[in-house]
Amino acid sequence: MDAILIQLLNGLDKGAAYALIALGLTLAFGTLGIVNFAHGALFMLGAFCAVSFQKILTISKKVKDESITFFDAYKEQPYLEIWWGDTGTAIIDYAVPLSIIMAIPVMLLIGFIMERGLIRHFYKRSHAEQILVTFGLAIIIQEVIRHFFGANPIPTPAPDLVSGSAAVGAFFGLNENLVYPWWRLIYLVFSAAIILAVFAFLKFTTFGMVVRAGMADRETVGLLGINIQKRFTIVFAIAALVAGLAGVMYAPILPPDYHMGMDFLVLSFVVVVVGGMGSLPGAVAAGFLLGVLQSFASMTEVSSLFPGIDQIIIYLVAVVILLVRPRGLMGREGVFED
Amino acid sequence: MMKNLIKSNTVIMLIFAAVVLTAPMWTAPIGANYPDLLQKFAIFGIFAVGYNILFGLTGYLSFGHAAFLGIGSYTAVWSFKLLTMNVVPAIILAVIVSGIFALIIGYLSLRRSGIYFSILTLAFAQMAYSLAYSVLTPITNGETGLQLEQQDPRVIDSMFGVVVTDGLPSTNLFGTLMSGYSGFYVAAAFLIFAFYISLKIFRSPFGMKLLAIKSNQTRMKYTGFNTKPYLLTAFIISGMYAGLAGGLLASIDPLAGAERMQWTASGEVVLMTIMGGVGTLIGPLLGAGIIKYLENIFSALNKSELTEIFSFMPEWLQTIVVNISNVFVGEGWHLTLGALFMLIVIFLPGGVMEGVTKIKDFILGIFGKGEDNRTAEIEGEAK
Repeated sequence: MDAILIQLLNGLDKGAAYALIALGLTLAFGTLGIVNFAHGALFMLGAFCAVSFQKILTISKKVKDESITFFDAYKEQPYLEIWWGDTGTAIIDYAVPLSIIMAIPVMLLIGFIMERGLIRHFYKRSHAEQILVTFGLAIIIQEVIRHFFGANPIPTPAPDLVSGSAAVGAFFGLNENLVYPWWRLIYLVFSAAIILAVFAFLKFTTFGMVVRAGMADRETVGLLGINIQKRFTIVFAIAALVAGLAGVMYAPILPPDYHMGMDFLVLSFVVVVVGGMGSLPGAVAAGFLLGVLQSFASMTEVSSLFPGIDQIIIYLVAVVILLVRPRGLMGREGVFED
Repeated sequence: MMKNLIKSNTVIMLIFAAVVLTAPMWTAPIGANYPDLLQKFAIFGIFAVGYNILFGLTGYLSFGHAAFLGIGSYTAVWSFKLLTMNVVPAIILAVIVSGIFALIIGYLSLRRSGIYFSILTLAFAQMAYSLAYSVLTPITNGETGLQLEQQDPRVIDSMFGVVVTDGLPSTNLFGTLMSGYSGFYVAAAFLIFAFYISLKIFRSPFGMKLLAIKSNQTRMKYTGFNTKPYLLTAFIISGMYAGLAGGLLASIDPLAGAERMQWTASGEVVLMTIMGGVGTLIGPLLGAGIIKYLENIFSALNKSELTEIFSFMPEWLQTIVVNISNVFVGEGWHLTLGALFMLIVIFLPGGVMEGVTKIKDFILGIFGKGEDNRTAEIEGEAK
């Protein structure tokens, strides 16, 4: 029972990351008809927003270390600490959650520029060409990041207060010693909130209604005198933002490195296709489903029964689902079949 | 008359063979005439030509062809271990085994089309990759990769009394060692053969049917035409090409690792094909050449060499140019690849071959022959 609960939480956590990336991918595909292979790179950029925000906060000055009296020793002390004392230390401690403030405008801007500068010219091109050009872009973004931040993962710790573990065992009335990292729980809640926010935005606002109408029939919406193009650009920026926020909050779980985007991209694509191209609920459901399945497959009991299953479970499930249900879990007819 | 002669199979093959076999000479000025790189040109050329038979003719974008390359490599190395160090059985087995895998994977994946097909092939290839790393370690030797050992049985070799006493045996073609230029010429011979088959397929009724499937599969089906066997045949053929390339890779360097099957390797062959020109005969070869050339040359450059290259400039300009170009070479050569790739897809969707055609038309246009030439060509095709 204990192991199952832990694996369920692990799976939901991983699934949350898949679902967030897949959600953005599906948004871009459903509205603009663009297959965006650079979406993983946006996730990575989000994580590096956290890294660079942390770096900015900890810009330091060399000061004399008073605690060493034998010789003149120097240590680095962040300016924030020098100016504001304990408040400054606290701000540095909360670098990751605070970096969301920076990530929001940055990611919206990146999404906007990407759509206006590149994606816009590829609406009429074939899907293969869209895949290729965004793949090229992803390589470039990745290499630029590597150039500035190096090839090694950069540890980005969560705030001290939540870097410990929560006693989930006691909460569910199971073993007292059963604990789970706070930050992962926060990530789960955070992604659920983002997913709900995106759905609510599409469902309950006029803007969202127009976007949904545009997804269903772009031409008619255009004929009604609505500038659907402009709205779709904003939707693309939102998709970039969702990926970026997923990345920011994932930084304490997995120290960001330059190719983390690619690692997630392939899996997210499998998730999107399993969910059904162009279906938002499908993408979210498939994300959580595959995340949970993956973590259950990695349990020792399961992998001793079917050796190697943890490595291939996602792909195996994808193959089975695609062979049984031609358009994924919730795909619509006629989308992306030519 | 003259036109038809130039376009006949024999003439094309003669020119092609001459160009390939003289490669060590004409690659000298660009610094690519060392055997290692030439072998890669030929082998990845075969891979890309084969991939083009599937992607270029039918339009089915497979993201899992590297699996067949990997399977071919493993088969070849096992043949070296168990049977003989001669490359002929190894390559034949590699082609057959990867063909069988292509049959199974293709049969399942071709039940879907569009991106669903791409994801299915990707899923199969990733499964093969992960399994090669984990469960199949007895066959694939996991992370270390499959290697030769001195005490391998080598049944056929020992029948003929070939005994290896010291060190590892090397692969050979009836006694000729497969290293250096001889390795290149063997690979080049296979490349010429592979190109010939591809040319025949492009110009056969079978190739025409594949093209028809690409342009409108629904219409083909309405005429009562079962497209599935044709697609499957194309898939198997291109899988066998990949197996051949894998077998050759293992013949030149008898070592097989799982990383050859990763999705990035599958992506690479897609890049090669697109960069050269999808659906053209020679394009994929050019693409393979360009990518492998950039990989080898650019990744080997460093700052001091750049300083030497740009030493003709005034010093201030030299510093700037060296600093900027330094980002694009060495470890950063992927940046060059990405940038080149985007430029090609944006400005030349048909790849390098489209550029060649445009330049040709432009030059012919100067002499006022552009249009006539076109019509003549179309008439020629019709005949």
